Amino acid sequence: MPDNEFLGVLALTWQAAVMLGLGGLLIYLGIAKQVEPVLLVPIGAGVILANIPLGGLTEPGGLLAVLRAAGIETELFPLLIFIGVGAMIDFGSLLERPYTVFLGAAAQFGIFGTFFLAYFLGDGGLRLFDFSFKDAVSIGIIGSADGPTSIYVATVLGSKYAASIVVAAYSYMALVPIIQPPIMRALTTDAERRLTMPARARGVSRRTRVLFPVVTIVVVGLIAPKATPLIGTLMFGNLLRESGVLERLSQAAQNEMTNIVTILLGLTVGGMMSAADFLRPETIMIYVMGVVAFAAGTAAGLVFGKVMYVASGKRINPLIGAAGISAFPMCARVVQKVGLEANPHNHLIMHAAGANTAGQIASVVAGGAALALVPFFA
Amino acid sequence: MAEQIVEAPAPGKILKVFAEVGKPIAEGDRICMLEALKMELPIVAPVSGTVRALPIAPGQSVEAGDPLAVIEG
Repeated sequence: MPDNEFLGVLALTWQAAVMLGLGGLLIYLGIAKQVEPVLLVPIGAGVILANIPLGGLTEPGGLLAVLRAAGIETELFPLLIFIGVGAMIDFGSLLERPYTVFLGAAAQFGIFGTFFLAYFLGDGGLRLFDFSFKDAVSIGIIGSADGPTSIYVATVLGSKYAASIVVAAYSYMALVPIIQPPIMRALTTDAERRLTMPARARGVSRRTRVLFPVVTIVVVGLIAPKATPLIGTLMFGNLLRESGVLERLSQAAQNEMTNIVTILLGLTVGGMMSAADFLRPETIMIYVMGVVAFAAGTAAGLVFGKVMYVASGKRINPLIGAAGISAFPMCARVVQKVGLEANPHNHLIMHAAGANTAGQIASVVAGGAALALVPFFA
Repeated sequence: MAEQIVEAPAPGKILKVFAEVGKPIAEGDRICMLEALKMELPIVAPVSGTVRALPIAPGQSVEAGDPLAVIEG
């Protein structure tokens, strides 16, 4: 009998067995609990495939290794996803309410708070965990609540925790309805939560909708050039949507392309989770800090919402600040739910959707800004 | 008698209509269920009174600010 054949069982280490269990758990959560099944099932399958001993999928030339080299290390997959995301987003609710852009920006402070914490626990202070400067930046980006941006930043910076960071980012997006409401209730008064906002907004012309993605690419690109791949693909996708003459391409970007890339991306990200990289204390810490990141972003958005509440003469409900982190449309739904609890006539969903889409742009800009700033410090 | 127009808070689709024209309605009673961003929004009466007009039907699309009901209170 040749060596290394039929010996998978004998070659199974306990670490690999734990990873197989983890892959099974992700698949279970996706299917039985309906937690982001589109992501967790391919990721779980990738984890299992990568940790089968002697399977060879992560060896040079293996399927997962080829996909990783082609799609992750080149940053191709997250950027293709961004074209699809851009085609899915209706920026109308943002364009009708331009002030929500500030709420989207404010909620990105979670990124910086989490970065400082991670860096302090790692190389920048206590050295309790093996977090380099670049790892800390990548962990901070979890606070943007933006999966593709997290993948992009973590892989561009070459963080060894990229896979854990991506799984943490996507898991917490699914947990937004659990993480956010207690913070929202703690930081706002009942009177603030009850405040209704007018339903009717001034319309946005087609010309504005078409110009918006093009102008955003140029303006953001000139201010934060490193964000150009992210904002460029996002806004190109949006241009397909808003052009009005490219319905076929817009649909293809939203459906076929996004679906195919999601399959490949999920499998590849799962395939990056080898036992050696995953089974270490840093992974648990990344998950802990993911909660901190989401909570800090939510709180920053709410605090800025309260500033706008006062500045607007009590016409802006501070709750919509919580939608500034970019998990769309989960955050907008949570805001709607908490507002409705306080007042059965209070429908904040479109205002929250404005802040939410602003958050998507802001998280991309923040990711680009982080990439631009890292070389000055690292 | 004051008339109050209930407006759609968001663009979306009417899923169900609970109120009936000519019937009395109490503050807090459901007028209809509106779906926006894949979320169900219960639209309730802001005042007690009589439903004078109800220009909506299940399946109909509405824009933000469109009238959903007129209540005479």
